[in-house]
Amino acid sequence: MADDVRLRGMPPTDGPRQDAPGARQGIRIRLEVAFADFRLDVDLDLPGRGVTALFGHSGSGKTTLLRCVAGLEPAARGVLTVNGECWQDSARGLFVPPHRRQLGYVFQEASLFPHLSVRRNLEFGLRRIPAAARKVSLAQATALLGIDHLLERMPDRLSGGERQRVGMARALLTSPRILLMDEPLAALDARRKQEILPYLERLHDELDIPVLYVSHAAEEVVRLADHVVMLGEGRVMAAGELRATMARLDLPTAFTEDAGVVVEGRVAEHDDHYHLTRLDFPGGAVWVSRQVAELGRVLRFRVHARDVSLADHQVEGTSIVNLLPVVIDEIVGADTPAHVLVKMDAGGTPLVARITRRSSEQLVLRPGRRMWAQIKSVALLG
Amino acid sequence: MSSLSSADWSAVWLTLKLATVSTVILLLVGTPIAWWLARTRSKWKGVVGAVVALPLVLPPTVIGFYLLLAMGPNGPVGQLTEALGIGLLPFSFAGLVVGSVIYSLPFVVQPVHNAFEAIGRRPLEVAATLRAGPWDSFFNVALPLARPGFVTATILGFAHTVGEFGVVLMIGGNIPDKTRVVSVAIYDHVEALEYAEAHWLAGGMLAFSFLVLLALYGRRDRTGGGLG
Repeated sequence: MADDVRLRGMPPTDGPRQDAPGARQGIRIRLEVAFADFRLDVDLDLPGRGVTALFGHSGSGKTTLLRCVAGLEPAARGVLTVNGECWQDSARGLFVPPHRRQLGYVFQEASLFPHLSVRRNLEFGLRRIPAAARKVSLAQATALLGIDHLLERMPDRLSGGERQRVGMARALLTSPRILLMDEPLAALDARRKQEILPYLERLHDELDIPVLYVSHAAEEVVRLADHVVMLGEGRVMAAGELRATMARLDLPTAFTEDAGVVVEGRVAEHDDHYHLTRLDFPGGAVWVSRQVAELGRVLRFRVHARDVSLADHQVEGTSIVNLLPVVIDEIVGADTPAHVLVKMDAGGTPLVARITRRSSEQLVLRPGRRMWAQIKSVALLG
Repeated sequence: MSSLSSADWSAVWLTLKLATVSTVILLLVGTPIAWWLARTRSKWKGVVGAVVALPLVLPPTVIGFYLLLAMGPNGPVGQLTEALGIGLLPFSFAGLVVGSVIYSLPFVVQPVHNAFEAIGRRPLEVAATLRAGPWDSFFNVALPLARPGFVTATILGFAHTVGEFGVVLMIGGNIPDKTRVVSVAIYDHVEALEYAEAHWLAGGMLAFSFLVLLALYGRRDRTGGGLG
């Protein structure tokens, strides 16, 4: 992967806006739209940078919300402001048509123009913005997404993964103020997903464009997002910083059956004898199998609630490597009557355990109590 | 080929000219109608669609009859054209073009309409997110994607105009070099029992029509084409 491909032309926005709080920065979405059988009504203040996942099951309204932001649902009413630019204010009769909104949209099925070559597809948007506004060059976009060798092909000669990468490059080439992605991986099989994810992560790492990323796949969300909006039946169930939101216990069952937390750890030590790597995070450390990552690199991992158990003392003689001292925060019901979810604080990092109600009572768990969390496994997210 | 008299050649030439002019006008008039039909949610969609399709079911004499009345000295169109200094349209080439355009309209509108509908909303939404305005999207996305429909519409519009008889006879009559087209010339030959001459023209029409349909149905890429 060409590490020299950095889109230097895209600094963290221009000058003062980056640090100006409130009014100018941020994405304000206060929209509602009603269809015959579905109603979307959201009120959101999202950060003006980083990846925000719109997460929910099908029919939750996440794609509709994205389309409203793009201006593709003219029936939507309300207010929409993206980093200081107002695109819609129905009370004032303002509705900026989609082609005048500086956004990039990646559709679920790449939707390349079948009558144009890859190059002409990429140039379609690029040619329609003023030369002075072009912050991304064709060469940069194609290198970033690894599609240089496909330029002269027609879309029907591309694989699904290649098509999706071309779709992303095409959207980027309009130098958007915001990138909207509608389940860009959903139409792909597991292997193609793995092929695309690294490119998405590069987008995240190398561009400073806020991204709204629609997904129903928790694994994608925790791997890519910084913030998350959980949608259900057209309403916002929860919204906030990814780790805090994923650790929340007051969400509907639909979200708790797959409960867990996301932690970012810094590679602190490699143990070549046992083939392990230590990841440090605020309040503790975990050992994971040996990673090919240089010291100091930050890796994101997920700890499923079902992989965490609790003990009232530091257990000896266990095969479990990762033991952390924690303080119980909160205990709530889980997806079945037999289980409870226990939220804990591991020195600043939230953890969630899914244990049986019987264990909870036998251990006399209550908020404030000090316990030991045993982590059976962690899932590294790229 | 010596069996075609110069009058017959003149009828062939006139027919081709009429079909060409009518087809060009049909595409210019039919495309916006087809686009509107494909995109609108108006309650008038059904009415407009039905009116456009009327020539499919009406006898050509009915169309010709009303056109004759409308374009005549007492008809609204006739009064308008006279006021504009154009004169009256019946029994003129211009009148034949008007009749042909109305008569062949469904054969152009329907394939183009189907092609626009087959494209769906998505490519136009994509174009909008890539900064293309409505006209830009229409010319650079919708038209190229609807190309098979336009090929079908052009072939059908042209061929149907060439095969026109009833409307021509009603509003154009049978004026040599001005309004006598091949189909009328054949009718004249048969009336005069000139079967050899009739054969030449009729055989020519048969071959022409077959080749046109062969071109239509033989095309590999038929997406968006055809009537239906």
